[in-house]
Amino acid sequence: MSISISPASSQEFVAEQFDDFAQQRSAAQLGMWVFLATEVLFFGGLFLGYTVFRSLYPRDFAAASHHTDVLIGGVNTAILLFSSTLMALAVRAAELRNQKQLIWLLLGTSFFGIIFMILKGVEYDKDWTGHLVPVLNFEWYQPNPGHAQIFFWLYFAMTGLHAIHVTVGIFLMLILALLARIGKFTTGHFTPIEIAGLYWHFVDIVWIFLFPLLYLAGHR
Amino acid sequence: MNGAVATEIDIKTEGEFARPNYLSEHTVRSWLLTTDHKRIGILYLFTILMFFTIASIAAALMRIELLYPTGGLMTSETYNKLFTIHGTLMVWFFLIPSIPAVLGNFVLPMMIGARDVAFPKLNLMSWYLFVLGGAFATWSLIRGGVDTGWTFYTPYSTTYANSHVISMAAGVFVAGFSTIVTGINFIVTTHKMRAPGLTWFRLPLFVWSLYATSLIMVLATPVLAITLGLIALERIWGVGIFDPNLGGDPILFQHMFWFYSHPAVYIMILPGMGVISELIACFSRKRIFGYAWVACASMAIAMLGFLVWGHHMFVSSQSVYAGMIFSVLSFLVAVPSGVKVFNWTATLHKSSIHFATPMLYALGFIGLFVIGGLTGLFLATLSVDVHVHDTYFVIAHFHYIMVGGMVTGFMGGLHYWWPKITGRLYPEIWGKLAALATFLGFNLTFFPLFVLGYLGQPRRYHVYPPEFQVFHVLSTAGASILGVGYVMPLIYFIWSAKHGRAAGPNPWRGTGLEWQTSSPPPTHNFKETPVVTGEPYDYSPEKDVDLDLASI
Repeated sequence: MSISISPASSQEFVAEQFDDFAQQRSAAQLGMWVFLATEVLFFGGLFLGYTVFRSLYPRDFAAASHHTDVLIGGVNTAILLFSSTLMALAVRAAELRNQKQLIWLLLGTSFFGIIFMILKGVEYDKDWTGHLVPVLNFEWYQPNPGHAQIFFWLYFAMTGLHAIHVTVGIFLMLILALLARIGKFTTGHFTPIEIAGLYWHFVDIVWIFLFPLLYLAGHR
Repeated sequence: MNGAVATEIDIKTEGEFARPNYLSEHTVRSWLLTTDHKRIGILYLFTILMFFTIASIAAALMRIELLYPTGGLMTSETYNKLFTIHGTLMVWFFLIPSIPAVLGNFVLPMMIGARDVAFPKLNLMSWYLFVLGGAFATWSLIRGGVDTGWTFYTPYSTTYANSHVISMAAGVFVAGFSTIVTGINFIVTTHKMRAPGLTWFRLPLFVWSLYATSLIMVLATPVLAITLGLIALERIWGVGIFDPNLGGDPILFQHMFWFYSHPAVYIMILPGMGVISELIACFSRKRIFGYAWVACASMAIAMLGFLVWGHHMFVSSQSVYAGMIFSVLSFLVAVPSGVKVFNWTATLHKSSIHFATPMLYALGFIGLFVIGGLTGLFLATLSVDVHVHDTYFVIAHFHYIMVGGMVTGFMGGLHYWWPKITGRLYPEIWGKLAALATFLGFNLTFFPLFVLGYLGQPRRYHVYPPEFQVFHVLSTAGASILGVGYVMPLIYFIWSAKHGRAAGPNPWRGTGLEWQTSSPPPTHNFKETPVVTGEPYDYSPEKDVDLDLASI
């Protein structure tokens, strides 16, 4: 980042275990990156499952994927990307100490997160009425219903785990917006906004992988 | 670093019990809301001791049951639950947090000259997560236990087991996140909190081994978490990706489980190796031979650990080519492990050895680890493994690593840093007796199991042919001696915390930064941030000709 902060003014929010602001900031950033590495491996188990069964049953996966709603999925992809843009701008606003802009950008980020979740809910409802929920109401009239069930099992597990992360992110942004309102992050102490941004971009990137794997595999 | 530390420590407390220190506050609140890494280490110590006790009782009951070839004390189902309790609690609620979360938490920040870990609040949160996970596990035990074995193999765990798999899986899942948080904290602390002048190759080897361990914690544990999540979902929902009825694959579970659990085996030995490096250097008054090699060996073990999981699956219908590759990769782990053992031994050569209690544990570690490590090579050999797979040979092998290695390292480290933790000395003569009892008891317990396994007794059975009885009787006799070896330190540690002689800041004349502050240390460890200008383990026997560490 190109913005420089004068250490004298920022010493007040340096926690006691750190020597200075720069050390605290780089520790927080590294901490978030290591956490995201953990998250990659956490999702990784599901991606592994997907890879194994898609390579075993490519045709059944394509047929099952054809029943996902590529329009809602596509719109949701755009929405998440847009909210990530707002998040990036929010980090900039915090660095520039522009409180009003920061609050609105954080609210905007979580707003588009909420829209994403609503569309996801609409989609899950369509899956339910379309009899695509494994065990509970699964109906399949093409060959190998078991394989299709595995696809939808993975679909729900992967998008569900992603949705949990989006929900956490929405609450995170709302809390940060509240704290920004009382002036927490516009005194030079923008680290929390920065690392929350890293988390939000990660959630976005997971979706960037989920979308083609789950939605586009059966559409050509 | 002795004499190389630019900031002189206030030595008015020499030979006394330093006050005020991190223990000075006595309220319950000051303990439950503490963010001091030293106090959190002690919270962990008490918690894991509780689980160690439960898991040891389970082991004792098993050993008693095995005295007679026909069993008779309990049903097969109870026996299954006992070995599951023993394995699950020992692995996730004792061994994994043992050295890292107790000793690591206590000394890591001091060793690098920091006031605390990078994220003290997260550190406390990790303990609460651990307690929550432990509560789930205990809940599962109270309601009747689990009978899947600690490995949770599918489809038994997902479909057929009539026991409380979900609550136990939830317990391990939550405890896993406590491990991850500790790992993140240690990695960031080591990267960002080192004192001025403390470069990577001036770090104590214990810090290197904790760093390597933390990498495994952070990268392997989430895979276990998602795998246990999938198990729980499959049990609740009735179907899942491990379900062969749908076209799912139960073997996939084994791949995912061992992708975590083999690296996790190295979580259960690397920290022990780090402790041993500290002990060997201090009690032979010599710099560790080939310091950089030993440090890099820790990293190499951590990396290779991710590439060898398939050696648990030689007989699980894995392709023979995969088996060959996993076999070769497993052999490679012996290289960095050998580097460590040879370098410790070379350090001892022409050094002045002090046979103090921690050193007895360290020497015991080397011997037991060599046996455990070499028998690991037998198991990595495809043809031999087909013969001894799932026999007592495997049990004996991993107990030599985990108990002979990790627990011995933990006990050695606990004795070594006890004067720093409590400010008081434990009774040396009792310490030596306990070290001897654990060494003898351990070998008597587990060596006969190698023979049993070679003769073909499978693990997890409580009824066996009568000709095996003699080995089981030997093993049970050994276990009782081992038990005495663990109870003795418990008693004299508690006694010495109150009545022991004041240790002073540096009873072992160690060169590490943790010894350059008073005992017990003040809340923020150092009066001033130390500056490091020299190499680690700057020992020289000429400087302490009058020294007799074995009888302080």
